[in-house]
Amino acid sequence: MLQIRGVGKSYGARRVLDDVSFDVLPGRMTGFVGGNGAGKTTTMRIILGVLEADEGSVTLDDAPLGPTGRRRFGYMPEERGLYPKMKLAEQLVYLARLHGLTADDARRSTDDLLGRLGLAERAGDAVEKLSLGNQQRAQIAAALVHKPEVLILDEPFSGLDPMAVEVVLEVLLERARAGAPVLFSSHQLDIVERLCDDLVIISEGTIRAAGPREELRDEHSSLRYQLQTSADAGWLRQEAGIDVIETDGGFALFDAETPEAASRVLRAAVERGEVTDFSRQHPTLSQIFKEVVR
Amino acid sequence: MSTAAPIAQPYSTVRTIWLVAQREIMVRLRSVAFLVSTGILLLLLLGSVVISAVTALGAEAPKVAVVAGVQLPAAADLTVTEVADRAAAEDLVRAGDVDAAVIPDDGPLGYAVIGDDSAPTGVLQALSVSPPVELLDTSGTGGFLGYLVAIGFGLVFFISAMTFGQTIAQSVVEEKATRVVEILLSAIPTRALLAGKILGTTILAFGQIALLLSIAIIGLTTTGQAALLTGLGAPFVWFAVFFVLGFVLLASLFAATGAMVSRLEDIGSTTTPVTMLVMIPYFVVVFFNDNDLVVTIMSYVPFSAPVGMPLRLFLGTAEWWEPIVSLGILAVSCAGVIALGARIYENSLLRTGQRVKLAEALRG
Repeated sequence: MLQIRGVGKSYGARRVLDDVSFDVLPGRMTGFVGGNGAGKTTTMRIILGVLEADEGSVTLDDAPLGPTGRRRFGYMPEERGLYPKMKLAEQLVYLARLHGLTADDARRSTDDLLGRLGLAERAGDAVEKLSLGNQQRAQIAAALVHKPEVLILDEPFSGLDPMAVEVVLEVLLERARAGAPVLFSSHQLDIVERLCDDLVIISEGTIRAAGPREELRDEHSSLRYQLQTSADAGWLRQEAGIDVIETDGGFALFDAETPEAASRVLRAAVERGEVTDFSRQHPTLSQIFKEVVR
Repeated sequence: MSTAAPIAQPYSTVRTIWLVAQREIMVRLRSVAFLVSTGILLLLLLGSVVISAVTALGAEAPKVAVVAGVQLPAAADLTVTEVADRAAAEDLVRAGDVDAAVIPDDGPLGYAVIGDDSAPTGVLQALSVSPPVELLDTSGTGGFLGYLVAIGFGLVFFISAMTFGQTIAQSVVEEKATRVVEILLSAIPTRALLAGKILGTTILAFGQIALLLSIAIIGLTTTGQAALLTGLGAPFVWFAVFFVLGFVLLASLFAATGAMVSRLEDIGSTTTPVTMLVMIPYFVVVFFNDNDLVVTIMSYVPFSAPVGMPLRLFLGTAEWWEPIVSLGILAVSCAGVIALGARIYENSLLRTGQRVKLAEALRG
C-alpha cells in the first residue's frame, strides 16, 4: 500500500499543498481528480521523489521511499517527452537500466514491450521519426519498461488517440489486477468514474474527499428516489415524510425524510400496481466533485 | 506482481553515474559534428608537425664562394665553393649561385664577406663566434618557445573548455526542453544525473586532448623533432591534472547555467558569464605571457591555473611546492563550485517557461 501522510509544499509564500494524506491500495485503481493548479502534479512529483516535500511522508508497504524503493515505480508525467534523436529501443533499454535492471533484463523487457505495443519494427528508429501515435506508445513503453510494481500516471489519457487510450486502459487494468497500486489523474471525470475503484479529490492543495467510489457516492447521495409504476403516482403527494419533486403519470421523483419513509412508499406502490423501477439516485462523480470543492 | 518481473538491482550511485556518463559519451561519439571537428583538429595538428619537419629539412647550410687562401673558422657550417680570385667570387654572387663570397682582408679576422644586395645574415651568423654566456637572472620568459608553449596551453584549454562546456550546457537544456528530464528524475537522483553528465563530458574532453597530445608526440618523434619536446614532459603531466579539475569546475557551471533556461535559443543568456571565465585566461596568457607577476597570479586563480601553472613549470619559474598549493586551491574551489552548481541545477531543472532568476535558483 502506498501511503501519503501530511504532505505539504510551499513555493515562497504560496502554499500549494497542505496536509495531503491518502492511500493507494494494491490491486485497485485510484483516480486523482482536481482542477488545474489544484496540486495533482505536485503531489505526484513528490510521491516519485522528483520534488521534495516540505513536510510529510510517502511510504510504500510501511517503508520510507529512497532511490531503491522508487525504482519500483512507473511514471508517466503530464509533460510527455523522450530523447528525440535517440533510437527507440536504445532509449528504453537506457531507462530500464536507470531503474536498476541489468543490461540483459532491460533488453528482454524492451523487446517484449515493443512487440506488445506493435512497435517492434520501429525499434531502430529515432523517436522523432515516429508518427504521433507511435510516439504516444513509446511514452507508455517508457513508463512500463522496467516492469514497475506501482504506477503513477499524470493525465495518462490526455492527447492520446483512441487506439492508444485502449492500450493504456488495458495496461492499467492488467497491472491493477496483478495487485499493483495504480494512481492516475485525469480531468475527464467520466473516464475516472468508469475505471476507478477509489477516488481522491483535491482542490486548492487540500484533499476534499478520499475513499472507495461507492462509499463516496453513498455519502454524497441524498435520500432521493425515483419510482416507476403502472398506476398513476399522484397519491405520493399525500404521503407523510415525502417531498415530491416531480410526477408524470406512473413516474415520480421524490425526497424521503428517512429511509423508512422510502420503504413505506415502496410497499404502498407495490399494493397499488406493478413497480418497474424503484431506485435511490446516486450522484455522478462530477456532481460529487462540484459539491466537495465548493 | 507478475512473477516474470525482473528484480531491480538496489540503487548504486556509482553505477547510475556511470550509466549517465556512458550515454553522454555514446551520443557525442555518434555526432557527426563532433567527429568532424575532432578530425579537423587532428589534421591541423598533423599538418603543422609535417610542415615544421619539412622546413627543418629545407634549411641547408648557406653556400659561399671562398677565394683560395682564406682560412674559415672550423665551426662555420657553410657549403664552400673554392674560387681562384675575387672576380670569380663576385660573378658567382651576382649569378645567385652562392649566398655570399669570402675574400682575403687585412683586418684582424683575415677575411671579409661580399653580399649581393643585402648583408648575408645566414653566412654572417655561421661565421660569427660568440663567447659562452651565463645569465644571473634565470627567471626569464623563455623567449619564443615560451611564447609558443603559453599560447599552446592557453589555446588547448580554451578550445576544449568552450566546445565541451557548450556541449554539456546544450545537453542539459535538451533534456529540459524535451521534458525527458522528469522521467529521468523519477528514476535517479538529480545529483547523480548531473555528476554523470559532468563525468561523461570530462572523459570526452580529456580523451580528445590525450589523443591530440599523443599524435603530436608520436608525430614529432617519428619526424626527428623530438628535441622540441625537451622540458615539456613534466608540464604536460601537470597540465593534464589541472585540466581535469579545471574542466570539471567549468562544466558544472555550464550545466547549472544551462539548466536555468528552457529553450536552446536562450542558452546564451545564462551561459555568457561562464564563457567569459573561459575566455579571460586565454587572452591574459596571449597578452601577458611575458609578465612574470601576471602569470604568477594566473597560476593560482582557479579558472586560469590550468594554463598558468604548467606554463610557469615549463619556464622553470615555479618552486616545487607551488603546483601542489595551486592544485589544492583549485580542488577546494572545484568542490565549492560543484555544490553551488548542483544547487542551481536542482532548483532550475523542473521550472520550465521563463528563464529562472539566479537568486531563485540559489534559494530554491
